[in-house]
Amino acid sequence: MSSQTSTSQSSEAGTVTPPVDFTVGKSGARAAKNTAATVLVWLAFLIALIPLVWILWLVISKGFHTMLSITWWQKDQSGVGAAGFDKNIRGARHAIVGTLLTALATSVIAVPLAVMTAVYLVEYGRGRIAKLVSFMVDILSGVPSIVAALFIYAVWVSSFGLRLIPLCTSFALAMLMIPVVTRSTEEILKLVPNELREASYALGVPKWKTITRIVLPTSLSGIVTGALLGFSRVAGETAPLLILAAYTPYLNQNLFSGSMAALPTFINNNVQYLASDPISADRVWGAACTLLLLVFVINMLGRLIGRFARVKS
Amino acid sequence: MTSTTGASVADEFPGPEGRPPLTGDGASTGRVGDRVFKWIAYGSGFVVVVVVALVAIFLVVQAVPAIAQDKANFFTSTQFSTSPLAFGIAQLLWTTVMTSLVALVIAVPFAIAISLFLTQYAPSWLAKPAAALIDLLAAVPSIVYGLWGAYIVAPKFGPVQHFLQDVLGWLPLFKPVATVTEQANIFFVGVILAIMILPIITAITREVFAQTPATHKEAAYALGATRWEMLRMAVLPFGKPGIISASMLGLGRALGETIAVYYILSTLPDGSKFIVSLFNGGSTFASQIAGNYAEFTGGTSTGAYIAAGLVLFVLTFVVNAVARVIIERRKAFSE
Repeated sequence: MSSQTSTSQSSEAGTVTPPVDFTVGKSGARAAKNTAATVLVWLAFLIALIPLVWILWLVISKGFHTMLSITWWQKDQSGVGAAGFDKNIRGARHAIVGTLLTALATSVIAVPLAVMTAVYLVEYGRGRIAKLVSFMVDILSGVPSIVAALFIYAVWVSSFGLRLIPLCTSFALAMLMIPVVTRSTEEILKLVPNELREASYALGVPKWKTITRIVLPTSLSGIVTGALLGFSRVAGETAPLLILAAYTPYLNQNLFSGSMAALPTFINNNVQYLASDPISADRVWGAACTLLLLVFVINMLGRLIGRFARVKS
Repeated sequence: MTSTTGASVADEFPGPEGRPPLTGDGASTGRVGDRVFKWIAYGSGFVVVVVVALVAIFLVVQAVPAIAQDKANFFTSTQFSTSPLAFGIAQLLWTTVMTSLVALVIAVPFAIAISLFLTQYAPSWLAKPAAALIDLLAAVPSIVYGLWGAYIVAPKFGPVQHFLQDVLGWLPLFKPVATVTEQANIFFVGVILAIMILPIITAITREVFAQTPATHKEAAYALGATRWEMLRMAVLPFGKPGIISASMLGLGRALGETIAVYYILSTLPDGSKFIVSLFNGGSTFASQIAGNYAEFTGGTSTGAYIAAGLVLFVLTFVVNAVARVIIERRKAFSE
């Protein structure tokens, strides 16, 4: 790092531009290798974009027209006869409301816990225990969603003999959301300049007020970003819903009783008729389109907030 | 900390306990509010640790009775039936590991190339939006990948599969399996999983590559290296631990992926003969559990699936833990 001064301008952007075109006058093989690498690297990037473009185009071209109809947002699937075969497309209101409610309930559980865990890690945690907590946050982020669901099932049904309620899904999803929010909050808390804390302490403000009045408001954008990214992740999760939330064609807005539909389970319930029944196909692609756009919009909103409202240190 | 929070005198001069003043509890007034807030923060961290511990405990407690009544050998049997209770993880483990390995073999070279592109090649106006596009792949819900893979890509995948079987069919691993529905096999699942884990591997390798010290790169250029030679001499060796840990994290994701696998992979009839081929069907731990949620009636039949979930948990735990250890060690070197 001692020679940093001489290169500070070029290293800032993380790239070093060669001052001369090195391929001129090099032996043919080396120049050819260099060119081949350039071409391959560009190709790899372009190939990676194919699935993204393909999926977007596919889902929008097949599902957007269903999404545009008003019944899609106003009606649920009650009254549909033999599974999946109905003259009307009806709506996805029950699934859309279910997805949003489940993800909201998940956020209510996960965000406070995750933010306080991040506060612990940055402001309080020292030594072995903090390392253990940090490690467990990482492990939690690697727990497969189906295992999280099995865990909730093992606790709720197998051990305590309770009936599954929509909130159970939120418990499982919260396990997936906590690490996302914790990590992004932690990162932004570390960016809050120490001078702010010191100024507050110097005025005799207690530590907890310094954190709640100075540190957390300063890092609000990072917390919101993390919450939105976590929200978009859990809204698209399917596996826990299969185990913990039986699909129901009716609108249910009560998180504490009955069962609640969600866009993924709505898709799953209709997918078996995808090839045979055009109405079911419309439902599947309409729900996929709604889900994809919902997730994308929230995800991008999170990234935008994170980019434009960064803490300036 | 000085580099991220801005240099301050307090950071440079440790207090009497050997750490800087005004960190940790040094700033606490010991008043009620401070103590309450502190315990809320400690409690939240504690909850995270407890949840992971509880996952292990509850899965073990629920799985043990089922394993005890298991008529088949839990580790070597390829069966998975809950009535009569005879289940083993051999086939599930094989399919899970093979799909994930195929995904890894495809995704890692791509991720490295894309990270190099984003950090070393892309013009500055392109680098950020391009990275955002790749990140967007991670936001696509897995059920959409499942729909896309199973119903749209699979029918178009035939030629690739036949080509591979023609060229490499002499290897047992690439032998065609007649009984399996076309494209509903381990190899194709691996391809889709590769796309799904690409963003996470790319995100981490990208970060590591961007941290390559400029002096290393300049040294390579000073020796007359071409850009590619510079990457091979400076950037790739520097990023190697990062690549390894990123791959492990991607592997962890692939092992646990559920719904896409469930949609694509064709399940085998119970107790099918074990065929060592990438073009065989099968079930992964996750897809086996997801596909049979109807059998969750409590008692030991649920326990069989919880046992499978426990093995998956242990598997992902180990893979993720190893990845984290590598990342931590790299940090120790670079600072």
